[in-house]
Amino acid sequence: MTVPAGELGTWATGLLDRELQFVAALRNAGLAVSSAETVDATKAFGEIDVLERDSLREALAATLCKRPTQRRTFDTLFDVYFPARMGDGSLLDDRPDPEGVAPEAFRDLLRNTLLDGDPDSIARVAAQAVSLFGRADSQSGRHAWFAYRVLRQLSPDTLVAALIADLLAGGKADGFEEKVARQTVVERIRQFEEAVDADVRRRLAEDLGVDATARSAIEPLVEQVDFLRASRSDLVELRRQVYPLARRLAARLTARKKVEQQGRLDFRRTVRASLATGGVPLRTLHKPKKPHKPDLVVLCDVSGSVSSFAHFTLLLVSALREQFSKVRAFAFIDTCDEITRYFTPGLDLADAMSRVVREADLVWFDGHSDYGHSFGLFGERYPDAISPRTSLLILGDARSNYRAPGIDALKSLTSRARHSYWLNPEPRHQWATGDSATTIYADLVDEMVECRNVEQLAAFVTKLLPI
Amino acid sequence: MQPQFASVDDVRERLGRVGYLADEAIATTVFLADRLGKPLLVEGPAGVGKTELSKAVATAAEAEMIRLQCYEGLDEARALYEWNYKKQLLRIQAARDDDVWETTHDDIFSEEFLLPRPLLSAMRRDGATVLLIDEVDKADVEVEGLLLEVLSDFQVTIPELGTVAASRRPFVVLTSNASRELSEALKRRCLYLHLDYPTAEREKAIVLSRVPEIPEKLAEQVVRTVRALRAMELKKAPSIAETIDWATTLLALGIDTLDEQAAVSTLGVVLKHLSDQVRAVGELKLS
Repeated sequence: MTVPAGELGTWATGLLDRELQFVAALRNAGLAVSSAETVDATKAFGEIDVLERDSLREALAATLCKRPTQRRTFDTLFDVYFPARMGDGSLLDDRPDPEGVAPEAFRDLLRNTLLDGDPDSIARVAAQAVSLFGRADSQSGRHAWFAYRVLRQLSPDTLVAALIADLLAGGKADGFEEKVARQTVVERIRQFEEAVDADVRRRLAEDLGVDATARSAIEPLVEQVDFLRASRSDLVELRRQVYPLARRLAARLTARKKVEQQGRLDFRRTVRASLATGGVPLRTLHKPKKPHKPDLVVLCDVSGSVSSFAHFTLLLVSALREQFSKVRAFAFIDTCDEITRYFTPGLDLADAMSRVVREADLVWFDGHSDYGHSFGLFGERYPDAISPRTSLLILGDARSNYRAPGIDALKSLTSRARHSYWLNPEPRHQWATGDSATTIYADLVDEMVECRNVEQLAAFVTKLLPI
Repeated sequence: MQPQFASVDDVRERLGRVGYLADEAIATTVFLADRLGKPLLVEGPAGVGKTELSKAVATAAEAEMIRLQCYEGLDEARALYEWNYKKQLLRIQAARDDDVWETTHDDIFSEEFLLPRPLLSAMRRDGATVLLIDEVDKADVEVEGLLLEVLSDFQVTIPELGTVAASRRPFVVLTSNASRELSEALKRRCLYLHLDYPTAEREKAIVLSRVPEIPEKLAEQVVRTVRALRAMELKKAPSIAETIDWATTLLALGIDTLDEQAAVSTLGVVLKHLSDQVRAVGELKLS
């Protein structure tokens, strides 16, 4: 049914209130929703059938959520503010007795559902699983819902082997078919886990009341996840983010090149072109300028304390390698080695990372960061790496375990380079505490920048890198 | 603009009839874009059917499609309109001596000497129109400013001729590969649809509808293999079009099960980079 925008009844006013609360929650979670977009969303209510929940979700997403990275936050809040079973509580009412169904029996059901692969039934089974196994009662008579209880009892990961065998149905159990089947199974199990997670959030919302859940259910947006504290699933998401960032950086640099391309007047071509317009030179033609080839030297700390940060900067390096010929990367812990060779275009990054750690000569003494020694050695071993055209990028937390900071070595590097920047993954307020040598180093480079998440990295890329 | 579609289901059904299988998100967003008269911004990786969607909408709504392909260096003269200065010069040179400058001036800035480009053509059409602005992210930031102006009022002012307002608002689709972030202002004015690779079920349905002769089992194998390929980190993940190509190729070769040998010999249909092929062969244990 359609509600004409002019005739909003009382129940529709309630809907409007709910929408406004929802928008407020989105803004709290960091999505920039403008008033114009809120108006669009309200107009959309008048056009679609608001009782069709999927339609409603997509309509609100189309008008309010304009970045794919924000979609998860959006979905979480949508589930909280527009819960699925408002009008259809049957699933909740006939909640089976938790003692009645054994996890083993339920695992069979799950196995069949996953084998079938229908997304709707997977979601339905996930909801059942939560009501059977996800509830935890506390002594005070209250109860809560937990996704991990469900996943621990059912441990869907242990079904992988059986499901692969089912899918192959007597086919060959190794090689190509097996790989493809494994991928399918893993994907379906992930679907199930996500459905469990969503259902837990929904139940929590019912129990707690909307606003309390909205506050607790929000995870930071990927752009704001701290490099040093990223979880494994965050890492996967972050890697997706860094690639476009490198592309954007590359696009920026080439765009700059394009602008400068207007060189001196090409007299011959201008006269030639003017023949078409009766000898009037309407368009002047110019000789192309010689493209400026930027050099980038990246020097990064890959010791344990900053390893996940190093991961991303190396990802950035490898993406840049595909765009520029003259990018050289060096890694150090307490000694320094060139790692450019591991980043040939098209190579797997995980491979490259593990080879860096395994093969490169990075540890000299005890495997703790030693910035001074590394800088000194870098200057000695690769005197030609830094030229007046080079931008030097140092990545690390500047925690040198109270060893000699190597001021002279770094000074000679930065004085030779055209620009030098230091990206520090630590929060600014922790700089210059403990063994951190940030105060010393910050004076030696052009600028030391706090770079804790993709947002800050992006800001740095767009603002500071005029190679 | 008169709405073209009656309901979300109507969108889905009519797109389906022209061979585009829309899911809930696509159908709802297209319906809303049509009803609210707002431009639709479609973002997503290459090869998920963004351009195809606007073609399908054009066919389903029996509208003509006008396409503006964006590229670096695209400017107003290529996007909006341009004066045909060569013809104007000819007109001046051919003028008789007794011509007054005023008449010549009025003459050379008239309809005859105007070269309409896609944006202007779309606005001046009387019939139903779908305006596709393809790969907006490739264009320079200045073009976004131009689009903002054109898309919010659907009118253009040509100093010598006056204001041209759209008699009938076109259905506007903008596509982007997200190679750069579009400006907030542009996003605010559009409805947003993020297209990703389809679910296994939907992709299988797409293959079955595009290659009707294919056995269902083979279609499922192809789709599953393509999904496994997409899960790897490839330079260029296989697009939906390539899935369909693969299915067609296997069918043409008379292969009815996708086994190792069949996969190795036809891998070039889906993977166009040597390094991707090497990696796929390694990871899928093809040899």
